[in-house]
Amino acid sequence: MAETVAARLSAAGTAAALELRGVSRYFGALAALVDISMTVRPGERRAVLGSNGAGKTTLFNCITGDFAPTSGAIRLFGEDVTAFPPYERIRRGLRRTYQISLLFNGLSVIDNVYLACRGVSRGRFSLIRPRRGDALAQSAEDLVAAVHLHEVRDQLVANLAYGQQRQLEIALALAGAPRFILFDEPAAGLSPTERAELIEILTGLPEHIGYMIIEHDMDVALRVATRVTMMHNGRIFKEGAPHEIEEDPEVQALYLGGGGDGGR
Amino acid sequence: MAVIEVPAARPLRWYSPQRIATAYWIVGAALVLLPVVASSFVLTQIFAWAMILGTIALSLMFLAGYGNMVSLVQMTVAGVAAYMVAIFGSSAVDTISLGWPWWVAVPLAILVAVAFGTLSGALAVRTEGIYTIMITLAIAAAMFYLVRQNYTLFNGFSGLNQVRAPRFWGIDWRSPVPFYYLSLAVAAVSYFAVVYVSRSPFGLALQGVRDNPRRMAALGFNVTWHRIAAYAFASLVAAVAGVLLVWLNGQVSPGTIAVGPAIDILIIAVVGGISHPIGPFLGALLYVLLRTFALDILVSLGLAGERFQLLIGLGFLVVVFFSSDGLLGLWRRYRERARRDPLTGEVADG
Repeated sequence: MAETVAARLSAAGTAAALELRGVSRYFGALAALVDISMTVRPGERRAVLGSNGAGKTTLFNCITGDFAPTSGAIRLFGEDVTAFPPYERIRRGLRRTYQISLLFNGLSVIDNVYLACRGVSRGRFSLIRPRRGDALAQSAEDLVAAVHLHEVRDQLVANLAYGQQRQLEIALALAGAPRFILFDEPAAGLSPTERAELIEILTGLPEHIGYMIIEHDMDVALRVATRVTMMHNGRIFKEGAPHEIEEDPEVQALYLGGGGDGGR
Repeated sequence: MAVIEVPAARPLRWYSPQRIATAYWIVGAALVLLPVVASSFVLTQIFAWAMILGTIALSLMFLAGYGNMVSLVQMTVAGVAAYMVAIFGSSAVDTISLGWPWWVAVPLAILVAVAFGTLSGALAVRTEGIYTIMITLAIAAAMFYLVRQNYTLFNGFSGLNQVRAPRFWGIDWRSPVPFYYLSLAVAAVSYFAVVYVSRSPFGLALQGVRDNPRRMAALGFNVTWHRIAAYAFASLVAAVAGVLLVWLNGQVSPGTIAVGPAIDILIIAVVGGISHPIGPFLGALLYVLLRTFALDILVSLGLAGERFQLLIGLGFLVVVFFSSDGLLGLWRRYRERARRDPLTGEVADG
């Protein structure tokens, strides 16, 4: 990277939150993603729809660096992060939740959240225990309260109910100062009450935090997104405002009408 | 919501005596007062030895219990420290030993051993599970053959003997009672260091890496460096114990770091239990007792004394068979049963 810090800073101010240019990913002969190009503006809330196997989660894995794209470039706030390991991308403000919760089962709820706060700040290798009233410990407490988990604060994650694990999954993605979050089916398996709480959390996020959400439930997706991308067989099929996508006859034929796993 | 408001307890600081569990007071007092009643044989050959082996096994417990990295190289790290003390300090082989004072030789020996352990870790951290065991075992075996075949630095088969604990502050540290207290101090400091670090950001992150390395990377942690740093910390613990080991035995030879002792450390940690730092010390005490008295027991039963390894193996099997977490697991099960109400079967709190 030959860019100076000043150049990076000014680029971060004006550049797109996320920019994909010709991103493809092959698993052997299987094309999971084919030539994906998209631009997400800072603060934009983007829903990614598509049937199973459309390549949505693969797209997320390429953006976070869980694995590299076969070809193409990924820019995060103007910076080319294609070759970066996941932790470098996270430290630049990217966050992500997983479709199947990836939590720390041997640790308590508060320790899980504390780790998430610690991961994006200094002192990851500190041997000194945090003091009472430590700023980072306090922000972990606040996050636990924000996702309504304060009553199970000290319980081992392995003992939590499914819905609580999903809430913790979201808390981990909100730690630190997130700038762009990838939510991978956050509503899957939640009760109607929990869904309402989730929508409240998502719509209540500060305006400067953009996100991308994979959601099968159209009701949730269209309420929390300002723009929608439809994927099909590893390619972008349609992109537009929620109502455009909803009313598009091609989309209805492909997804809303024919889909077995869709929302309503 | 509680109907009766319980007044909030006064916040306890880390130095408040109330915070220390009764068990610590009892065990601590018993260990400190032990020299009043015990013979020098019991002090050095049972307790000092158990505490040294326990500390080495503690370094394995730290890696395996908090990091899910079963390293068979911990005994070798201790052995490297032992060899370096003999090489930098003084031994009977004065063509090899440099004869430097202990306060130069010991820190240098620990430094070399930590470097060795960290490098071994760096080789092992990209592997998981059985492959970590294999690669660390390979390093341990390679080091064993190196010291056995190299005569210019390690004096080959016979090793280095007449390595003595130093004399300072007017105390002769090789005599039983001071050496016992030295071992106790090292074991206690290592134990509390591991307990403390397990709740520090570094220790918590290590447990996060154990539970879910992929998510740790997705939270901003460099998982590889975290694992290597864990090896460095564990190596420090093992290295300090290695210095005591060479002082206790008075010598170090290839047999000290052979594959057998490396596996003994694993057995000690597993038999004691790797879910809490106290486990390795329980395992080490059981191991030392069996090593010391198995021969006498067998002879008294009219069996051949050289079969003492069989008795150790049987003891190991019995503990592992009845508990998935060694002696700690047995203790936990006993406690749970004692707390259970005989009528309802419910477990009482506290």
